[in-house]
Amino acid sequence: MTPDTILPMIFGRIGLDSLPFVPAILNPSTSEFIAAGAAGVVFLGAFIVLGVVTWFGWWGPLWRDWLTSTDHKRIGIMYIVLALVMMARGVIEGALMRVQQGVGLDGGFLSDGHFSELFSTHGTIMIFFVAMPFISGVINYVMPLQIGARDVSFPVLNQISLALTAVGAALIMISLILGKFSTGGWPAYPPYTGLAFNPGPGPDYWIWSVGIAGLGSTLSGINFAVTIYKERAPGMTLFRMPLFTWTVLCTAIIMVFAMPPLTVATATLALDRYLDFHFYTNDLGGNMMNYVNLFWLFGHPEVYLLILPAYGIFSEVIATYSGKRLYGYMSLVVATMSISVLSFTVWLHHFFTMGQSANVNIAFGIASMFIAVPTGVKVYDWMATMYRGRIRFSVPMVYATGFLMLFVIGGLTGVMLANPTISFQVHNTLFLVAHFHNVIIPGVLFGLLAGYHYWFPKAFGFRLNTRWGYITAVLWIVGFCVTFFPLYVLGLMGMPRRSVSFTDPSFEPLTLIAMGGAMLVLMALSSLMIQLWISVRDRATAQVPLGDPWNGRTLEWSIPSPPPEYNFAVIPQVWSRDAFAADKEAGIAYQEPETYDAIAVPSNTSIGMVVCIGGVLLGLGMVWYMWWLAAVSFLGIVGAFIVRSFQTDTHRIIPAAQVARDHRVWLAQIAASPEVTRAQECSPANRGRAMNERPEPSL
Amino acid sequence: MTQFERKHPGLNLGSHHGAAHDQAEALVFGFWVFLMSDLIIFGLMFATYITMQGPMAEAGGPGPAQLYDLRSAWIQTLLLLTSSLTFGLASLAMRHKHGVAPVVVPLVVTLGLGLTFLGFELHDFQGMLAQGAGPGRSGFLSAFFGLVPLHGLHVTAGCIWLMVMLAQIAVFGLSDMVKLRLLRLGLFWHFLDIIWIGIFSIVYLAGLTG
Amino acid sequence: MKDEPNYRQELRSYLIGFVLALVLTAVPFGLVATGALAPLQTLGVITVFALIQVVVHFRFFLHIDLSQQKREDLHLILFTVLLLLIMCTGMIWIMASLSERMH
Repeated sequence: MTPDTILPMIFGRIGLDSLPFVPAILNPSTSEFIAAGAAGVVFLGAFIVLGVVTWFGWWGPLWRDWLTSTDHKRIGIMYIVLALVMMARGVIEGALMRVQQGVGLDGGFLSDGHFSELFSTHGTIMIFFVAMPFISGVINYVMPLQIGARDVSFPVLNQISLALTAVGAALIMISLILGKFSTGGWPAYPPYTGLAFNPGPGPDYWIWSVGIAGLGSTLSGINFAVTIYKERAPGMTLFRMPLFTWTVLCTAIIMVFAMPPLTVATATLALDRYLDFHFYTNDLGGNMMNYVNLFWLFGHPEVYLLILPAYGIFSEVIATYSGKRLYGYMSLVVATMSISVLSFTVWLHHFFTMGQSANVNIAFGIASMFIAVPTGVKVYDWMATMYRGRIRFSVPMVYATGFLMLFVIGGLTGVMLANPTISFQVHNTLFLVAHFHNVIIPGVLFGLLAGYHYWFPKAFGFRLNTRWGYITAVLWIVGFCVTFFPLYVLGLMGMPRRSVSFTDPSFEPLTLIAMGGAMLVLMALSSLMIQLWISVRDRATAQVPLGDPWNGRTLEWSIPSPPPEYNFAVIPQVWSRDAFAADKEAGIAYQEPETYDAIAVPSNTSIGMVVCIGGVLLGLGMVWYMWWLAAVSFLGIVGAFIVRSFQTDTHRIIPAAQVARDHRVWLAQIAASPEVTRAQECSPANRGRAMNERPEPSL
Repeated sequence: MTQFERKHPGLNLGSHHGAAHDQAEALVFGFWVFLMSDLIIFGLMFATYITMQGPMAEAGGPGPAQLYDLRSAWIQTLLLLTSSLTFGLASLAMRHKHGVAPVVVPLVVTLGLGLTFLGFELHDFQGMLAQGAGPGRSGFLSAFFGLVPLHGLHVTAGCIWLMVMLAQIAVFGLSDMVKLRLLRLGLFWHFLDIIWIGIFSIVYLAGLTG
Repeated sequence: MKDEPNYRQELRSYLIGFVLALVLTAVPFGLVATGALAPLQTLGVITVFALIQVVVHFRFFLHIDLSQQKREDLHLILFTVLLLLIMCTGMIWIMASLSERMH
């Protein structure tokens, strides 16, 4: 055996030139310097994080309280941290693309391959590793509290879902420092991602990171759906659930049924690339159009999966800050259900131009337009909720207002695109890019940021800084408009999407404006970080340990902030919709129960970390053809599950006396604290005990 | 006919099993949701297989008539169907608390039938590969090898799970934890038999018709 | 044990399911082996018998029926079937239309 045969057996196809620093030295250009710089940032970031954790001796607490925790609240927070880190990368990539197109008349500074990598990673990251984990995080934190549950149905499975999502995110980060990512866009269409066109590791990175994270989302969906079906507090019938929980139920069902097509698409693409299958190849009877079909069978329900929880968040936010019951609860529920079923009937509108007959196009076009109906119902319901309410123009309401106005525009351009004849004209132009950013940013992102602001005090016991909150919200809204409205016009002028440069000088003024908008979005991102920093620094003046800073209406506000790990000292009895508001109205909130019981909570487990580390190694082994590594890590994961299945002691008991003591301390604080009015909502006086200022209005 | 309170799909343990019966509700329902999700995966692979029929997808390679063996498919069908029955016998013995042996014996038979099924299936695949009719030959064969071995992999996973469960019965006896897992394995096993109905009907029988 | 008499009943239910399934497989296999019917008719029999057999398996092995208890299991199956129909028929329709126009 010579080194020439042994090295590939160990390292697969990793070579020195897989490190981006090497091409940057051998073949210096701006594009390569940017790639090497990004790799350096990842290295440096990882190094700093590890260093800080070691320096402060946080490994123990990190392991005990977070990484091995099965508490849905901690898992939720970890999801959101992951989403925010990935969002930083995604936004920077987006801004980089806008700068490239701003100066892209006859050139620019990025190579076309690098630009393709950027739009592929940007899309993949924003959908799978920002929107999905952010949503899973908010759902994880809020939904069990809203239904009066102690945890999700399967806490360990929940940890594993997070681990699988983290594996995907880790693989995509590693692709910055080892090899290159796919250039096939976020849907990874063959033949761009086929072995014949791109034999490199890029498409394999995409396959494994998206495939593994998608598996995690399927499991999350199962967990959320079963939790809502089986863990509701007594008296909480389906039609007494808060609207956010309703949207979560529909989202969970979409996760269960829409992730399988993604699994099929990624798995079959992998078979094509690894085992010489011919599902999508040009030759030997492959049919790449079936990939497009399968991908969008997932992809379209996916966008509703993202937007529905955001609708739920806006429903909660608008009702709370209008001081009113949600208008048209039943119509909102029915609209949510119709949207989730309709979402499975429209996937073809993503490929009207593929070549099927006009009859097929028309059927799917009409189905797509139908979705505007339930969505329109929702918009009217939200406006009617505000009508004659006592609106407080808080930060989440700024996002909600921005959402209502901008989302309607995005929705209307969607109805335009649902018309096949128009789609034929503007498909593959920036018009489309503007449309989907116009629904995803004001819809999903604003919703999540509103929810972040709204529930942050519940999770950490202090309010976020309001001043910086307004600055951030305004920057997001203005930045979005300046970046993406020019793209509508550019698209109608005929500027194609995904092109690294252009030759028509009439595009330039608008691409420059969009570039300016991207700078505003970057400022919004920085301002979001500054807000978090300042809020943590000044937390002493914004404490809300009593739990109800916004005069909330649903059960999550009826417990301390942050909640104890078992959430509810006693499981609440629910009598009506908006259970906590009804209790406050009737003067029966904050009562001491007659008896306390001991509570069993699931004990910590390291299975999630085994899956996480094993999954990353498995992915790397497959991407780089290190078969031994893939086999060892796969068997390791399976073995760990089998070993764990022989473990019988998986719970730990919190004694009734401890529950009673903690609950009584909190009740005593409540009794001793003055009730604050809504006028004092953002002052240090607001410690989380809200005054019921007036009876419910009739509308 | 309301012999016992039904809490979840599949065979219920019944209230005489106490806490295990209550815990089963969320666990088995969750597993049922997972199976429905898995069903979508199979459904799409079936649809892909159906769209990859005909001369274009066969790309000049062999078609169903040259490749499929009706006799072997019939034997495999009988093996799986009988294993469904034997698993059902084990579940019934568990529900009616007949003791450990009446549960273990049919489970061992089920495992044997499952492994024999896999043996026949692998033998078929080997024959096809020997004729040069592997997934690399044509889109049609890719669709075949994407669908039928996917079911085979599920059966393999089921067999491994069954072996782990036999080990757990040896260690723990029929404890609540073991019973809850056997309930879910039973669902899995019967579910795979339903998928097989699709495979023998759509792949083998329809392929050999005419 | 009050459950004892039910054991025989439940055992009989499994055996009925097994026999029904056996018949429902044997007929289409026999038809294909002998070629007794025209291809189109054979395909019809295969389809109908397969659908019946799926119902038999659900009823006798998975104990899903139309009883009033725990309807959500049944709802879940029906919803899954609805989605399967949408996805699979849609997919076959689209791909058939494409391949027709490529000739």
